[in-house]
Amino acid sequence: MQYLISVIDDGTGPATPKEDAAIDVFNDRLQAEGHWVFAGGLASPNSATVIDNRGEEVLVTDGPFLESKEYLAGFWIIEAPDLDVALKLAVEGSKACNRKIEVRPFLSA
Amino acid sequence: MIDVREAITRAHHEEWARVVAALTRRCGDLDIAEEAAAEAFATAVERWPADGVPPNPGGWLTITANRKAIDRIRRENKRDDRHREAQMVYADDPPEPLGAVDDDRLRLIFTCCHPALAMQARVALTLRMVGGLTVPEIARAFLVRETALEQRITRAKAKIKAARIPYRMPAAEDLPARVTGVLAVLYLVFNEGYLATGPDTDPARHDLTAEAIRLTRLIRALLPDDGEVAGLLALMLLTEARRTARVSASGELVTLDEQDRGAWDTALIAEGHRLVRERLAAAAAGVTPGRYQILAAVNAVHTSARDIRDTDWSQVLALYDQLVRLDPSPIIALNRAIAVAELDGPEVALAAVDRLEDNLAGYHAYHATRAELLRRLGRSQKSRGAYEKAIELAGNTAETACLTRRRDQLG
Repeated sequence: MQYLISVIDDGTGPATPKEDAAIDVFNDRLQAEGHWVFAGGLASPNSATVIDNRGEEVLVTDGPFLESKEYLAGFWIIEAPDLDVALKLAVEGSKACNRKIEVRPFLSA
Repeated sequence: MIDVREAITRAHHEEWARVVAALTRRCGDLDIAEEAAAEAFATAVERWPADGVPPNPGGWLTITANRKAIDRIRRENKRDDRHREAQMVYADDPPEPLGAVDDDRLRLIFTCCHPALAMQARVALTLRMVGGLTVPEIARAFLVRETALEQRITRAKAKIKAARIPYRMPAAEDLPARVTGVLAVLYLVFNEGYLATGPDTDPARHDLTAEAIRLTRLIRALLPDDGEVAGLLALMLLTEARRTARVSASGELVTLDEQDRGAWDTALIAEGHRLVRERLAAAAAGVTPGRYQILAAVNAVHTSARDIRDTDWSQVLALYDQLVRLDPSPIIALNRAIAVAELDGPEVALAAVDRLEDNLAGYHAYHATRAELLRRLGRSQKSRGAYEKAIELAGNTAETACLTRRRDQLG
């Protein structure tokens, strides 16, 4: 079972070196314990481009699809047998990156 | 006919949680388990009057529910359910060792009370899945619309499935935190039994209070050092001890001041008092008591008085003051006012109660308390109005009978 752990930035800004170091430790642990699937930090929402090709013409828009004070700053995709395990990891992830996070299951096959 | 109906009611009270818990374990899906259990009971209602009550109603219901679950899985005919279907058809459950059934129900409770679910959803889900209450009964207990409640339960079940909330006992280190949510739910189940709602239900459902006590005892055995578990158990025991004195032979609620205290269950009171003393010792050692411990202490004061006139109301009021600091809810304030009436008179208490109108205008006990205070103040006209409002809002038949008599006794 895979879970998306979204890191929510609510005005905290980019990670500090101390936070980066804590995230590295957490990532090492995810890999050592077999929970690691993928993770990454995202550049600011201002750098986003929205594409809509549902109509006849491609629409290209500068900026994020949703203007919001809270935005996705990064994410982990983890492998966990159930939500209890995922939540425990998320609790530590939140501490490591010093941000609010959301845990959401992927649709299972 | 009446015997069959009684047998079905009893089977529902006794077997519902077992059937749901066992089915959930076998098919791993609360939704299927609940629906299959409901269908099995509906089948019992259909068949038992003609075929007679089976010798082992619980076994009959489990087998029937199991079949219903297999039917549903087949109907849905999903590829990934084939394996599950095969498991259910062929897997021989090893015989349960004595007591394992309780663990199954506890597992069900911890799943229903999972912290990833909203508190309201936990309570609703537990009452439905473990308590076996119907959606209308639960909706009434929470003062919400049935459709809203149904939605709440459906959403919770969907989340359990999609996010894979596990069906098992929490790890030892998570247990204390998980228990807090469970206690809130058990207290609600107890209260539904203590003051059952609905015109067709008994005024007090001993099965629900007994079930809540039984499960609280189990959790107490698991967590002997948890003060709130002890507090809740004591609170339930001291309330349950007055059960037979609380409803008269004619089915009318008897209030604390009019109860035959000789009819109280002394064994339950002794057990409750032991628990309260244990918590008082902990409080003296510096452990701050939670709300259940304080409520248990209030009930210990009441059950220590041989006569209503011997009640130590200043102690009751001191405990409510402590409780208000912990939980400034209007219902606590209402109960506090009752103690105030005994110490400072009905006039002072009425002023305190009237301040709660905005929050409690839809709550029968608010009007019943007002009616009582107004009666004591000799304001019959206003008292009558308050009784009528309380009667209109009260859902408990025994309470309605008591309120009606008191209204009719007004000069």
